[in-house]
Amino acid sequence: MARRPEHSAPPEIFYNDDEAKKYSTNTRIIDIQIEMAERALELLALPDDDESRLILDIGCGSGLSGSVLEESEHMWIGIDISKAMLDIAVEREVAGDVILGDMGEGMPFKPGTFDGAISISALQWLCNADKSYHNPHKRLLKFFTTLFSCLTRTARAVFQFYPENSDQIEMVTSQAMKAGFYGGLVVDYPNSAKAKKYYLVLMTGGTAELPKALGTPEEERRVNYIKKRDACREARGKAPKKSRDWILAKKERRRRQGLDTRPDTKYTARKRSGKF
Amino acid sequence: MKLSTYNFLTSMAIKGVKVGFPLKLTINKKEVVETEFNPTFVERLLPKLDWSAIYGAAQVNPSDMRQKMSFQAELTEDIPAVQPENIGENEALLQKLHHLLFEIDVLEGQLECPETGRVFPITDGIPNMLLNEDEV
Repeated sequence: MARRPEHSAPPEIFYNDDEAKKYSTNTRIIDIQIEMAERALELLALPDDDESRLILDIGCGSGLSGSVLEESEHMWIGIDISKAMLDIAVEREVAGDVILGDMGEGMPFKPGTFDGAISISALQWLCNADKSYHNPHKRLLKFFTTLFSCLTRTARAVFQFYPENSDQIEMVTSQAMKAGFYGGLVVDYPNSAKAKKYYLVLMTGGTAELPKALGTPEEERRVNYIKKRDACREARGKAPKKSRDWILAKKERRRRQGLDTRPDTKYTARKRSGKF
Repeated sequence: MKLSTYNFLTSMAIKGVKVGFPLKLTINKKEVVETEFNPTFVERLLPKLDWSAIYGAAQVNPSDMRQKMSFQAELTEDIPAVQPENIGENEALLQKLHHLLFEIDVLEGQLECPETGRVFPITDGIPNMLLNEDEV
């Protein structure tokens, strides 16, 4: 497994000039960041009225996620702990303002300022104690309480993050609930190792249904007595290779992993006629 | 840093600070960047802004004398001390607010906490809100 950057150095040291440069030149990194920012904006579920809103971008870095907000005509303010990353943002002349600050020290904003907040790959940094006086639980709570106060009462906050284990997920969500947020985790493509992404969706104004994750089977899994015969057949073994069922099963598996797959049609696995 | 952002910033994160607003702004170097004027957005933003802080920001003079002249002529008399009613109908005032809030970019300067006097420097247009160990 790849080494986690949180284990190598604190964020303000890890994101130095070299690392920051990757975020303005490496197209793969840029594409992934932008894709996640677009999904986060979708999960934010802003009212569909084409009005510009004020969004907070936590861990904005070089402003890649900010440019997604700009495309949707929203105003944004970004906060990040790495000066090198912010310098890149200023160099790129992003439309939003950027502020040098530490999430764990609290959000330095007036109450009720933002209509929403997004954060791409930043929250996992808070789970580590980088300095002797750091306490991850306390820093998370301080972060969430100050964030709660600087959001409006209809706002949502969406965090894409890379939790290391289930304990971290538990720690982050419990501190968020303690701060007064409602909501929970949305896991996109849970069956894929690569495309699997965790989004913590937090709401300030009461409970609402969580958005649906991508790449999950439509129906929940349960024992289906009507199709018992099929289940028995399935239990005996997989469908013969190259059969229609076998191809459909493979396609279904790709879909669950979030890969591009052609839709199933009556032509799927059709025999070629043999004539030209 | 734009002055709209300045209007949202507080020093509440410092231990013991109750309100931390408005921060005292000092401008050493600024730049005017033209941006698109969106009257509905400015109007919608108004309830979130603190008028006394807007007024205060309009009174701040850059320490550079040359800039001072133009800056003062531009704004000091344009922004009334008390928030007028029906701003939404006053297109000219909205335009001036837009200029003040979104087009003035503070490049060098500092923000000072009104309660503790802690100074947050602004360099290259980025305010540094990082705190020390004993302030958290």
